[in-house]
Amino acid sequence: MTRFLLRLAFVVALPLFLLGLWWLASDDSTNPFWPPLRTILTTFPDVWTSERLRADVLPSVLRLSAGYAVAAVAGVAVGTVIGSYRRVRALCEPVLEFLRAIPAPVLIPVIMLFAGIGDTMKITVIASGCVWPILLNTVEGVRAVDPVMAETARSYGITGAARLRNVVLRSASPQIFAGLRQALSIAIILMVISEMFAASNGLGFTIVQFQRGFAVPDMWTGILVLGLLGFALSVVFQLVERRVLGWYHGLRASARRSP
Amino acid sequence: MRGTNAVLGATGLAVFLALGEAVPRLGLVKEAYFPPVARIAGALGDELSDDTFWTALGDTLTGWALGLAVAVSAGIVIGVLVSVVPYLREATASTIEFLRPIPSVALIPLAVLLYGSELRSVLLLVVYASFWQVLVQVLYGIQDLDPVADETARSYGLGGWARVRYVLWPTALPYVMTGVRLAAAVALILTVTAELVIGAPGLGARIAIAQNSQAVPEMYALIVVTGLLGLVINVGARTVERRALAWHQSVRGEVTV
Amino acid sequence: MGALLDVSGLNKVYEGSGRRVEAVRDLTFTVESGELVCLVGPSGCGKTTLLKCVGGLLAPTAGQVTLSGRPVSGPPPGMAFVFQEYGRSLFPWMRVGDNVELPLKQKGLSKSRRGELVDDALRSVGLADAAGAYPWQLSGGMQQRVAIARALAYEPEILLMDEPFAAVDAQTRADLEDLVRGLWRERGITILFVTHDIDEAVYLGERVLVLSGSPTVVRERLRIDLPAERDQLHTRVAPRFAELRTHVYEQIQAAKRGTPAPEPSDRIVDVEDRPVDKS
Repeated sequence: MTRFLLRLAFVVALPLFLLGLWWLASDDSTNPFWPPLRTILTTFPDVWTSERLRADVLPSVLRLSAGYAVAAVAGVAVGTVIGSYRRVRALCEPVLEFLRAIPAPVLIPVIMLFAGIGDTMKITVIASGCVWPILLNTVEGVRAVDPVMAETARSYGITGAARLRNVVLRSASPQIFAGLRQALSIAIILMVISEMFAASNGLGFTIVQFQRGFAVPDMWTGILVLGLLGFALSVVFQLVERRVLGWYHGLRASARRSP
Repeated sequence: MRGTNAVLGATGLAVFLALGEAVPRLGLVKEAYFPPVARIAGALGDELSDDTFWTALGDTLTGWALGLAVAVSAGIVIGVLVSVVPYLREATASTIEFLRPIPSVALIPLAVLLYGSELRSVLLLVVYASFWQVLVQVLYGIQDLDPVADETARSYGLGGWARVRYVLWPTALPYVMTGVRLAAAVALILTVTAELVIGAPGLGARIAIAQNSQAVPEMYALIVVTGLLGLVINVGARTVERRALAWHQSVRGEVTV
Repeated sequence: MGALLDVSGLNKVYEGSGRRVEAVRDLTFTVESGELVCLVGPSGCGKTTLLKCVGGLLAPTAGQVTLSGRPVSGPPPGMAFVFQEYGRSLFPWMRVGDNVELPLKQKGLSKSRRGELVDDALRSVGLADAAGAYPWQLSGGMQQRVAIARALAYEPEILLMDEPFAAVDAQTRADLEDLVRGLWRERGITILFVTHDIDEAVYLGERVLVLSGSPTVVRERLRIDLPAERDQLHTRVAPRFAELRTHVYEQIQAAKRGTPAPEPSDRIVDVEDRPVDKS
């Protein structure tokens, strides 16, 4: 019980201290850009009504999910093919290295040419930015399947789809998840940016509107919402990862205990 | 074997470029949206002979390098401090876990209000985004310290500073290098993003201008430049990493964080 | 009648980047149904290459392997492989029971039949309770037991074991040797067992094939006339055991030096003029 309380203290102490510091330091702030935390918090419920959540947060989250899902499926599928054949890999590698190196946000002007400024544009932007880390990590993971495991599978007649499902993708999954994690932060960036560029709703759009209208406390609440969204998505990701990669963390821990 | 791979890679690149030429020429996509490779190359040539292009490139590199340097130094110092001081790691864990996933682009409006389109706007975004990459890798690296190595050092009477220098730092170094490599890539993304969205001078702003003036081939040419820049940074960071860790590379895999 | 496994004129040459390495020169031997045959040879003599050719994991450069009269061109369904690297041969993302069951699913067996085979195999290696654990939660010896259980459940005509106990400690190794010996006697399975350990080969085998150094040929075929009932304590101190192991030891030392075998390698050699079994 005392151990639990101690751990709880460790978890909440610093955040509470920092919040307190912010509160006190900003309390009599007259700087228009740094409004008191009190003002930000009292503004929060007025700005983020359920109406606004439905009109701005929901579309953003939907675009993000759609783009991310497309990137995940395409990245894993293409990455598996490329990773499975040495020659295909050698053929594609320089091109992929180049495409991966393009900072994703500069694709927004290009994709706007093709897809206009609607949801298709935003989903395409998110997908085309997220796909590279997923794809390249999948290639690496698939390529690095342990030769003994590959031979075991072969000697027991585990081939084709069963091999892909039970051996290749499972063995590559730690790498694939590393790619998915990188892609998640890119997805959020692209969601916000694409909405700042051209949109009539969404989180990025709303926050920029507040900034342009000098509604500074409202803008601050928007930054908080984005922060909370990023945090929430990362928590969800960790929950999924812990479930899917439970074996991997156990394996690493046991390897650490007995090297 | 290496020779065959190089030939295959060059073939892949050639096919990619040929497709880029053929697809718009055959009218599969509108030339106005996707100019053929030859026209993009021409626009790239014009850019390269334009002084303002080089100024923009210089601005971008300045933002990138400054931001990365600040983020790496801060990440290493704070990472070591948090790991070495007793209880600090536990006390900061929740705060780090909360702050890290906050997308740095959320700070764009704040940066615009505070600094307008100055370099400081760019730096704010770049440092915030890259700092976490370094910090987290440093924390993981120091956590990976082999207790046997540490006890050996202790038993031979190495003091606090010597242990940091000869045991802790070599253990953490591979992770630090990974962190720097990831941070370098992230820093470039955020530099260009800030220029593109906020209008701070640099390649990103140049892309935005090209877009607004419908100069499509120039826009593509500039995007190719950012891609090549990213490529050089990635390859360079990986080479440095491999050089520095030749003794260590086989021992561990990258941490998946 | 033909032998269960017939290896004739097996030759394997690795070629790559201008170098040509002949790993296995000319290997001919047979394994009868129900036999336990050990292949022993000096370290680095191409034992693993040889076994992979037999198991259809590598294509031989020349020669042929047949199992029950059918030529082997890929891994045949009648063979099960137990690798030395138990830690990398079991899938760490599957529980023990699923590891044993996966090849059976691939064979298309019904769920109830699979359940029976998995339970039976795990019980016979003494791991009836471990089905729900992950392999990395078990000790090295237990992991190798799981690999053996997976091979048993597969119901192969022949079990190929590639230095399976080279990476476990001495006591575990003795236990595992007795396990293999016991399973062979109870179940009447056929086993081809590769090892570099002379004592292990003599202790386990009914026949021992001594291989030469690389490129590999069969240097000697030796029938082990120890009683079928063997145990670590008594068998290993029996005078006959000592004679046999000394003989094999000398042969291997000679093979390492590269001295040619005293007699043509495809004849059955016996020690000290004991009666010879022509098989």
